[in-house]
Amino acid sequence: MSKPILKVEHISLAFGGVKALTDVSFEVEQGAVFSIIGPNGAGKTSMLNCISGRYQPNSGSISFNNKDVTHLKPNDRADLGMGRTFQNLALFGHMSVLENIMVGRHHMLKNNWLTGPLYWASKAQQEELEHRREVEEVIDFLEISHIRKSVAGTLSYGLRKRVELARAMALKPKLILLDEPMAGMNLEEKEDMARYILDLNQEFGITIVMIEHDMGVVMDISDQVMVLDFGKKLICGLPDDVMADPYVKRAYLGIEDENEQLEEIS
Amino acid sequence: MSSLMMRPCGDFRTSYKQDDTIYETNTIRLVAIAAITLLCAAPMVLDAYYLTLFIQVSYLGIAALGLNILVGYTGQISLGHGAFFGVGAFTSAWLNTSFGIPVWLCIPMAGFITMAVGMLFGLPASRIKGLYLAIATLAAQFILEDFFARAEWFSGGSAGASAEPISLMGIVFDTDESFFYIALFALVFMYIWGCNLMRSREGRAFVAVRDHYLSAEIMGIKLNKYRLLSFGVSSFYAGIGGALYAHYLGYVSAEGFTIFMSIQFLAMIIIGGLGSVKGTLMGVVFMVFLPEVLEGGVGMMKMTDWGNIPMVVDGLAYIKEMAIGLVIILFLIFEPEGMAHRWAQIKNYWKFYPFSY
Repeated sequence: MSKPILKVEHISLAFGGVKALTDVSFEVEQGAVFSIIGPNGAGKTSMLNCISGRYQPNSGSISFNNKDVTHLKPNDRADLGMGRTFQNLALFGHMSVLENIMVGRHHMLKNNWLTGPLYWASKAQQEELEHRREVEEVIDFLEISHIRKSVAGTLSYGLRKRVELARAMALKPKLILLDEPMAGMNLEEKEDMARYILDLNQEFGITIVMIEHDMGVVMDISDQVMVLDFGKKLICGLPDDVMADPYVKRAYLGIEDENEQLEEIS
Repeated sequence: MSSLMMRPCGDFRTSYKQDDTIYETNTIRLVAIAAITLLCAAPMVLDAYYLTLFIQVSYLGIAALGLNILVGYTGQISLGHGAFFGVGAFTSAWLNTSFGIPVWLCIPMAGFITMAVGMLFGLPASRIKGLYLAIATLAAQFILEDFFARAEWFSGGSAGASAEPISLMGIVFDTDESFFYIALFALVFMYIWGCNLMRSREGRAFVAVRDHYLSAEIMGIKLNKYRLLSFGVSSFYAGIGGALYAHYLGYVSAEGFTIFMSIQFLAMIIIGGLGSVKGTLMGVVFMVFLPEVLEGGVGMMKMTDWGNIPMVVDGLAYIKEMAIGLVIILFLIFEPEGMAHRWAQIKNYWKFYPFSY
């Protein structure tokens, strides 16, 4: 919990006249759970897209592990150890769950279009099986072994979210970006998901940057919370400090009264 | 290979290796090996006519698998596959006659050269998609066709090029019976190659690019590379198929590699099943044998009373053509997911029999 793994400095992003992000800076410490909250359209997903490389910011810089990644392509960021999940499910619908997760190992596998087909003669089979073993550990960890062979497109919403997390984990990332990992889930699924997030943070030491609307979860599991509103950073700090900020209460929670707020949180 | 199906009773897997096989069960593998062994005896039993059909299945099947890797697995489209098939045919003949390279070496070399040509024309593919890409590949089709007709140093122009038969260790494979073995070996080799490709790193990357290219990129897959590589692998297959075709017929002429051939390849993989190696072969067999079966049907009609009506006799030739079109249309209406899907359904039906689910 000391040196920052992700450093975002003065990021601005505009789509024509719409300013999605204006001069946002923050740091995420190694091993932290960092949450980004804010009302709809506040620029949370845009921020995540800048970090993962989907969008190029108009100005500012992002460095990951002391390496400037601002203009790196998304696929190169995967090599550096950055994984992410999407708000709207983005699994490979016609592949099995196992294959989906194996795609996460892509940047670690070495076989190519010539050695891969020479399966037995080259080292491809051995390599595939070794990675299969590690993928099985991820499957075990997220308790999805019963759907290993199911086609991803046929699964329920909650399971698909979990498979997506598994796929991001298979990358062996140092940092995982989670875009609303608990949206559309019932209480039980949310509790499971929160436990997985904490486990992969504590057991595997993966730093987590998460967008989430469920304030209960955010307050419970985050080490740090950042609030965005209209593309600007409102405040960034410990969950309790953020909650105590009067501006946040007004802008995001819509709570004026002190007692009402306490009820809401508990 | 992904499979949703229930595993057969008693098929227990205790290692990841067992879970990673091309064939679902040992029995299927044994049946496949037995079938191939049985096919080896075919030249001694079957008429040369049927051997010709099989050889057709072989070279068309190899090229069609290439197209399926591009269209079915990577989700790109190509209307120029027939022309790439032609590139393979001419290149192999050209390498052999101009440089004296032995034919057995010319065939893989033709594959690689066609791959290079395919990637050149596939360059726009990393930028455009869908209908626009279809038009771009259509341009490739016509440019190559024109090239075949004009480049006399390469293709012999309108006169065509002659291709030597394959000779290996003193044996010349110039009859249907002997070429059958070459065709069988090539078919098995290229299909196993395809199966292995799809279950290793690159195959998964192709499907990932097709299913969700945004998240594929986040997973570390270079989109441009894989869209281009898919064109390359697809053309490689087309080149091998074309080269076999050239050395089988012994003569290549530019007229064969028209847009009609490209569409025929597309029809094969759509009927067989997009994104299925097994389906590709089914589709090719279907398309090769359908005209033969209909020919037989028309022949039988001539023998009945219908054969006396002059209008019918005149129209019989057209009935065959129309019936092919009709069968394809019916297939698209009733089984749009192809024969591979139908096959899976039939298998499931028997697995659950007498229950429906």
